Amino acid sequence: MTVEVLTVGPSVSLQDAGRPGGLGIGLSRGGAADRFGYLAGCALLGAPMGVAAVEMAGFGGTFRFTEDRWFALTGAGMRAALDGAPLGWNATYQARAGQVLAIGSVETGVYGYLSLAGGIAAPTELGGRGFHQIAGLGRALAAGDRLEPAAPDQPVPGALIFRGPDTRAAPLRILPGPQTAMFPADQIAAFEAAAFIRSARANRQGVRLDHDGAPFAAGLQLTRVSDFISEGDVQMTGDGTPYVLLADCQTMGGYPRIGTVVPADLPRIAQAMPGDVVRFQMITVEQAEQLWKSDAAVLADLKAQVAPRVRDPREIRDLLSYDLIDRPSSAVTGLDE
Amino acid sequence: MTTGDILPLGADGVLVRFADSLREPANRAALAFCAGVDQARFTGVVETASSLTSVFVRFRPDQVRRAALEDQLRGLLAARDWLQADLPGGRRIWHIPAVFEGDAAPDLDAVAGLLRVSVPEAIAELTADPLRVLALGFAPGQPYLGFLPDRWNIPRRTEVTPQVPQGAVVVAVRQVIPFANAAPTGWWQIGRTAFRCYDAQSDPALPLRAGDEVRFQSVPSEAWAKLARDARGGAEAETLP
Repeated sequence: MTVEVLTVGPSVSLQDAGRPGGLGIGLSRGGAADRFGYLAGCALLGAPMGVAAVEMAGFGGTFRFTEDRWFALTGAGMRAALDGAPLGWNATYQARAGQVLAIGSVETGVYGYLSLAGGIAAPTELGGRGFHQIAGLGRALAAGDRLEPAAPDQPVPGALIFRGPDTRAAPLRILPGPQTAMFPADQIAAFEAAAFIRSARANRQGVRLDHDGAPFAAGLQLTRVSDFISEGDVQMTGDGTPYVLLADCQTMGGYPRIGTVVPADLPRIAQAMPGDVVRFQMITVEQAEQLWKSDAAVLADLKAQVAPRVRDPREIRDLLSYDLIDRPSSAVTGLDE
Repeated sequence: MTTGDILPLGADGVLVRFADSLREPANRAALAFCAGVDQARFTGVVETASSLTSVFVRFRPDQVRRAALEDQLRGLLAARDWLQADLPGGRRIWHIPAVFEGDAAPDLDAVAGLLRVSVPEAIAELTADPLRVLALGFAPGQPYLGFLPDRWNIPRRTEVTPQVPQGAVVVAVRQVIPFANAAPTGWWQIGRTAFRCYDAQSDPALPLRAGDEVRFQSVPSEAWAKLARDARGGAEAETLP
């Protein structure tokens, strides 16, 4: 046994790269809400993709290490301390047997990741280890849980990931989808011009967006046939409120969707904080195709950005220069069918 | 020769849509075309799935260009009349008990009102004929069942119910869904079943397949406790000829 969960926030669970290929049985991929944040942990620890890590939404918990173990903190920046000594983010550390890692509230973003060298052992169900609430798979972590490592410890001294420029203000790029043509041109123009506010109503299924303008596609067709949903779809519910659908989205739904956020920008909407301004920019299908990268390619890019830590991350004042990888992130739902 | 719309769905997905309203031949076409894409083994295709009236094809953009894949799908569409396709072989019919009264049926009066029939008539119509598993979706193993008679073409509610329980039997748009898990819904809850759409402890864990048939049996609420103890919720299956 390596890590005891002493206390834990309400939205903390194990997550991994998800359960791809389940659309035919009604299973969305799930997995880490901020894929890049999760993969950054894999990159820092030299772990293969697919190992399980702790995902913490909004608030972390306290974790006691019963053995020495290297770990990484990635994704949303959260207050963290090891036996009282503050820790920076996007970096690796070594916990000694008996030390307590305390992870508090989030400072920038929503989803933070605690990864252990060797990954966390957990039973696989339908091809993944993550908590997927609407699929009824797994559960949230609870005080008293024990996290067992899946493989031996591996020293990863003083590594960190240099973040790219802060792109939080850049619009989310969306490509047209099967229902885009249902929206009149002036509605699409208004959608692209709108400054949405990330609502407090958000979870791993999706993020609600508020705005002051007229509702979109109000009076929608409530008898429309349900059809496939993609992660990243921007769904308009009955009252014309947009929701960006995230990792744990339903696989089918009847609400029209104006388009799909590209995978490269999904971590940003997942990590958007309540009150953040969210804008959209429609791009072409071809542009979206060119932006696509496999998870393996993303992980390789992240590994190339891992650098020795020459300074304590806490001493680096310009936090924005350590912005998350490609982009920082942001993203609940007309979560219903 | 079949006409189907070929549309983008996400950066790595293509949707082949046979209809944008629910029609029986389009569902058959989707089931058959999905199997056809699987058999064709197109380069770069990593996942296929059929919905009520469409087929989703996920591809690796680093292995095949979207335009090239769309050409192949167009060719396959033209190869035969998919709307005339047979249903898949090896189908089963499931007899699934459900309670259509009391707490299990909060919206039943409203639905009977929309249908302009009495509650007993509504239940009789719902349980009269087998329904087809048109697709699995929303949550693992959860079926979209159709088609109820035309008058059941009732819209979803404008107000979403924050949570219906696992096993809620909901209706809208000539379809019935027994919910795999507790979830919010815009559909009308008219009953509840102890049948589990996915159960890791059972074999198979996912009992239903697209193309199977389901016939609900109305049971009194007193029967619930017994059904809830049964691994399959009292459901029984037989192979269709």
